[in-house]
Amino acid sequence: MAIGRIRQGLYGVIAEFSDPQTLLDAANKTREAGYTSTDAFSPFPIHGLAEAIGFHKSRLSIIVLTMGILGGIGGFVMCWYANVIAYPLNIGGKPWNSWPAWIPITFECTILLAAFGAVFGMLALNGLPMPYHPVFNVRRFDQASRDKFFLVIHARDPKFNLDDARSFLQSLGPREVTDVPW
Amino acid sequence: MATKHTDPAHELRPVTQEQHIPERFIPTPTIEPGHNFATVTDHISSIVLRKRTPLGWFFGFLLALGGVGILTVSMTMLIGKGVGIWGINHPVGWGMDIINFVWWIGIGHAGTLISAILLLLRQEWRTSINRFAEAMTLFAVASAGLYPALHTGRPWFDYWLFPYPNTMGLWPQFRSPLMWDVFAVSTYATVSALFWYVGLIPDLATLRDRATNLWVKRAYGAFALGWRGSARHWHRYEHAYLLLAGLSTPLVLSVHTIVSFDFAVAQLPGWHATFFPPYFVAGAVFAGFAMVLTLSIPARKFFRLEDFITMRHLENMGKVLLATGLIVAYAYAMEWFYGLYSGNPFEIYMLKNRATGPYRGMYVALWVCNGFAPQLMWFKRCRTSPFWLFVTAMFVNVGMWLERFVIIPASLHRDFLPSSWGMYHGTFWDWSFFIGSIGLFFALLFLFLRFLPMISIFEMRTMVPEAQVQHEGEGGH
Repeated sequence: MAIGRIRQGLYGVIAEFSDPQTLLDAANKTREAGYTSTDAFSPFPIHGLAEAIGFHKSRLSIIVLTMGILGGIGGFVMCWYANVIAYPLNIGGKPWNSWPAWIPITFECTILLAAFGAVFGMLALNGLPMPYHPVFNVRRFDQASRDKFFLVIHARDPKFNLDDARSFLQSLGPREVTDVPW
Repeated sequence: MATKHTDPAHELRPVTQEQHIPERFIPTPTIEPGHNFATVTDHISSIVLRKRTPLGWFFGFLLALGGVGILTVSMTMLIGKGVGIWGINHPVGWGMDIINFVWWIGIGHAGTLISAILLLLRQEWRTSINRFAEAMTLFAVASAGLYPALHTGRPWFDYWLFPYPNTMGLWPQFRSPLMWDVFAVSTYATVSALFWYVGLIPDLATLRDRATNLWVKRAYGAFALGWRGSARHWHRYEHAYLLLAGLSTPLVLSVHTIVSFDFAVAQLPGWHATFFPPYFVAGAVFAGFAMVLTLSIPARKFFRLEDFITMRHLENMGKVLLATGLIVAYAYAMEWFYGLYSGNPFEIYMLKNRATGPYRGMYVALWVCNGFAPQLMWFKRCRTSPFWLFVTAMFVNVGMWLERFVIIPASLHRDFLPSSWGMYHGTFWDWSFFIGSIGLFFALLFLFLRFLPMISIFEMRTMVPEAQVQHEGEGGH
């Protein structure tokens, strides 16, 4: 979705379901039918739904680990630099490099940066904030944050054919099937 | 749906067992039967989105705003005249400012405990109270943070506490527990705010979609960041939330540990004790659960949330109060053991002075509030009565404040030499600051209750029986 480029045509076809079980079954059937570019929307996390639409690995753990290590090293180096190099003070005859005294701050910095990694990493991987998204064009999509469940087949899916996708979704027991414009 | 359940999922058990389980072992539900996704959503979001604000809210908010006014006047006086307007003087250099700081920060800890530790322990009953408790954490930390910041005497130089290259060539002294405190409390405030906000994102999207007024919709929409509930997003979201819980758990323990280091690292009898960290952490949880009870008992009544904050929640909190209360009482007893066993005349004198000296009334009241009052929680009748829970919680709120009074001024006022003995009394401005910070806390809390969902809507949806799904190849529950 490059800025300045107007997308035309169809984003995909979306089906609305009334309960999580039907959505999960539908998502599994869609994957088994060979569709690879799909997405599901629900008002709460449903276990197994991400796997059902073919999503497996999240890179979040490695981001959080990296940030935590950076925070830990950074926190310690900060204390060491300030109290050994930049402004050495003799405190109770302790050695310059009195590292045990810096562990609390090292620990806090580790947690702080790891938490930043978890929150901002999650948002970045999810592509949020994203104020506009084609699914918001669907008339009843505001129910996706209440009690309705949606499954979309993207138009960019290699197997996508408008009529086939419509009738396929129709066969999964939805409440309604609609086209999603860009 | 493959199987249609009408009763809550947690009450499902094989029929053969049903007759043998005595009723008292079957937990009361975390959500009353009869709710579905729509009713849960509508009930909680309508509290926020209704057009007419209840009169009681205005009354409470204005009262709290009066407190904020008192705080503003007190801060102006303090900045104008200096910390001399407080009762602190030699030998008691830490008075109500530090008592209140520790009191507030301790209260905050229950929020993180409920949202993080109980999540990791898979205590699903936490769902109804975590949002509320996290908000309480944030506002308690905001109130707490005022005190050390203003106690520096020249608060306009507080930024010197942070390490940055400056023209003076000065750097903070990182071997000091007070510097540890700066990092612990600011990290805690930041991570709590992030945790709270991340939990709010899906609910903000719900409010965006439910709001009818365009500007209200836009305001919630801006903060919802375009959340649309995609399965991929939920997957990463839950992952991030779990990681945050895992990070917050050691964080919350470290924060009160470091707060206790402010005392334990000093040489003063009454402070210099190795058991301070666990003692303080238990006290923090104790104080925090008392405050959650104090706030949630009236709130569930006022906002008619008895279906979501059920007696099971209140009873569990009562049990936590009892358990942590016993740990705290054990710590009080161990203080005597350590003091007497040390054989150190100053330690022994400190204990004698605590129990029979000028502050003995406080010490007795401390035992009554924190040692004896929570014993009521042994009785199921008290644990399941909002009235008795509220009474106990109020005792604990007062008791935990007294505990910090007994630790701080009562240890300081008898210095090693009788020539440097003194007394500490809170002045008018000490008390006005305390009342003011309570006002700030409640003002923020009232704003939260009005503008944000006090119960996590999306997590409540997962409590509804219909949320249970069967996976391919699984043969039922």
